[in-house]
Amino acid sequence: MSEVSPAKAYALHLGVIALLFVLSFVLPDYHHGLLARIMVLAVFAMGYNMLFGYVGLLSLGHAMFFAAGLYGAGLSVIHLGWNVPAAFAAGIACGALLALVIGLLALRTTGVAFMIVTMMFAQVFYLIILYFAVWTGGDQGMVVPQPARVLVLGAASFDLTNPTVRYMMALTLFSIVLLVTLAVVRSRYGRVLVAIRENEERTKMLGYDTFSNKLGAVVLSGTICAASGAAYALLFGYVGSSFASVQYSILPLLWVLLGGGATTLGPLLGTLFMYYVIDITSGYTSAYLLIVGVALILLVLFSPKGILGTIRQRWLGWLP
Amino acid sequence: MTDKNGFFDLSKSTLSRRTVLKGLAAGAGLAMAPGFVRYSQAQSSAPIKIGFQSHRTGIGAAYGRWYEKTSAAAVKAINDAGGISGRPVELVIEDDGTDPARGAEVVAKFAKQHKTDIVFGTLFSHVVIGSAPAAGENKIPYFVVSEGHHVASTKLNRYVFQPGITDVKSQIQSMAPWIAANAGKKVTQIFPDFAFGYDHRDYLPPALKAQGADVIAQIAIPPTESSFTKYFPQIPAETEVIYHVMVGPAVLTFVKELGEFYGSNRPQLFGFMDSLEATDINSPGLEFLDGSHFWEGSPRYAQADDSAAQKAYRAAVGIDDNGAAVGDPKDVSTASHMFGCWETLYVVKKAMEDAGYKGPEDRAKLVEATEALTEFAEGPEHPQGAKTFNGKIHQCFGIQNISKVEGGKLKVVHKTKIEDGLYEAEGDYTTQAL
Repeated sequence: MSEVSPAKAYALHLGVIALLFVLSFVLPDYHHGLLARIMVLAVFAMGYNMLFGYVGLLSLGHAMFFAAGLYGAGLSVIHLGWNVPAAFAAGIACGALLALVIGLLALRTTGVAFMIVTMMFAQVFYLIILYFAVWTGGDQGMVVPQPARVLVLGAASFDLTNPTVRYMMALTLFSIVLLVTLAVVRSRYGRVLVAIRENEERTKMLGYDTFSNKLGAVVLSGTICAASGAAYALLFGYVGSSFASVQYSILPLLWVLLGGGATTLGPLLGTLFMYYVIDITSGYTSAYLLIVGVALILLVLFSPKGILGTIRQRWLGWLP
Repeated sequence: MTDKNGFFDLSKSTLSRRTVLKGLAAGAGLAMAPGFVRYSQAQSSAPIKIGFQSHRTGIGAAYGRWYEKTSAAAVKAINDAGGISGRPVELVIEDDGTDPARGAEVVAKFAKQHKTDIVFGTLFSHVVIGSAPAAGENKIPYFVVSEGHHVASTKLNRYVFQPGITDVKSQIQSMAPWIAANAGKKVTQIFPDFAFGYDHRDYLPPALKAQGADVIAQIAIPPTESSFTKYFPQIPAETEVIYHVMVGPAVLTFVKELGEFYGSNRPQLFGFMDSLEATDINSPGLEFLDGSHFWEGSPRYAQADDSAAQKAYRAAVGIDDNGAAVGDPKDVSTASHMFGCWETLYVVKKAMEDAGYKGPEDRAKLVEATEALTEFAEGPEHPQGAKTFNGKIHQCFGIQNISKVEGGKLKVVHKTKIEDGLYEAEGDYTTQAL
């Protein structure tokens, strides 16, 4: 990646952001709303990709970071009456803190053990949400009241339930995270992460503290996932324990695998693809998850690097 | 999407491009759709589209299947009798996977893509709560058949209604007088350690207290549990009634192990039919329930004193005297809940006709017309029984059945009064803006 011209990479990413901006004005209403949701969840996938794609650490517990942001933001509004920016910050802070603690503990393990440990922590987090049902709404979840979902910035106020405002907020978050991800993976730090993925022992021999670098990646990954969760609570108005379940730890893995691990745009592509496959096929058959499963098996068999990973391997070697 | 223009000050070039695109799309649409002109002239006879948010997959699939059957039967009956305001009714079905996130997407899909007049039919509480914000934001009336207390709690929004099935708080409250008078005054509750169980945990003790009875122990069982024997020693020896509301596949093991624990000398048992919906009461392991009592919304088994309306409803939906699908005795229905779909569709019909509903532009009128309803008489439209409706909390109140397991069947031994289930309103949706 070092020989890639920065201008080309940034131009591509800014082009994608511009395309998403333009789509806001031409998409039919339903797809407009769906794309806003997809962008927020693509941020979740980008956070996951930071750890899985670039560091090679396969976590099965990232739902807890998404849920930390979701509940951190949602419960701040519901119980403390905080405003949108404060609640969003609270969600991100919860995710970052949780990621730091989980990272310190889980990074003592590697490989399969890391998968199991992260999955167990996520299960504990899920059960804690159920246990404190008085505060969290348990398995039913809670609605973030519509009147509280207004972002006031100086004299201007933005109603987050307005489809255009919601789309633009989702796009803003997506764009910031995309550009931050691009900057990180192109930085020295990003290259150290890739080096750890490729050969941790050799990276250690070169004098790098791999533990602290990995811990930094876990915190960054967890923070991005929490930002996605916090945005989901505030933009879509619902916090619920199903977002902390194992399903939401598997989903970002599938989105990243589908779009292409260790590609900056793969998470968006994977999330988009999976969402539309489900949306379209569920209109024809109740066995739509079977179709998703078959699509994933075909992908693993014929395109194991995911859509963008394969494109990068075969045609566009400069893709970040 | 007209309100989008208010957010960004679009340049003229962007706007004109958009206008051109819209114009092109509209022109192409007209050119390719010869039926369009005919349709606009005949809009008054165009079908009323009801978006049915169905649990076709996921944990609610057994309910979802029967909810679809019941709704299809109700729509057929309504259409055979002339439809709603002379317009036929059409169900548009989308699967929500019994998932709250997908549920919200489905509601948006009904509102924006299918452009249905209302959304209807959701059962599971977490899906209702997850979908409610989308209904409020899209300003589309959302008629649920969930029995959760969430609607009546007034924590959702003005577009969410539950007019066809009573809520769990009301159901529990209605059971207390009968339990205290007939089963016993010292009650131990066993319930799943999640929201469904918490409703029973929280609402039963005060209701029993008012009847001079007491809950002497509450045993919450984690949802992950597959064996229950270790919990039974926690049941106090002086217990006169075990009130159980375990749900899910583990219920068979629960009953079997409870039977092994007590043998023939057991306290009275009282349960909610939610535990055994779509499950044959004669399944191996359930013998221990013989002689015990259950709450039922609408009786699963045909009763000797069934009204003509109840008989007609059962025939229309296609359930036999044992509450199973006609022609397939193993396909047991969800009779205690699915009648709510039938009754809700008739409430929608009544409210639409009262509102003079013509199309989505009249959704606010439909909300107000629904809120203005006060009672539903027992009859073909409401075969489960008479109901009252509180427009401030968007919730109906009705009778409940208490049935005894006798000879492998459930026989209704008591019907509660509507008044037994009434409680103070916790808020008022009508103060919210439309």
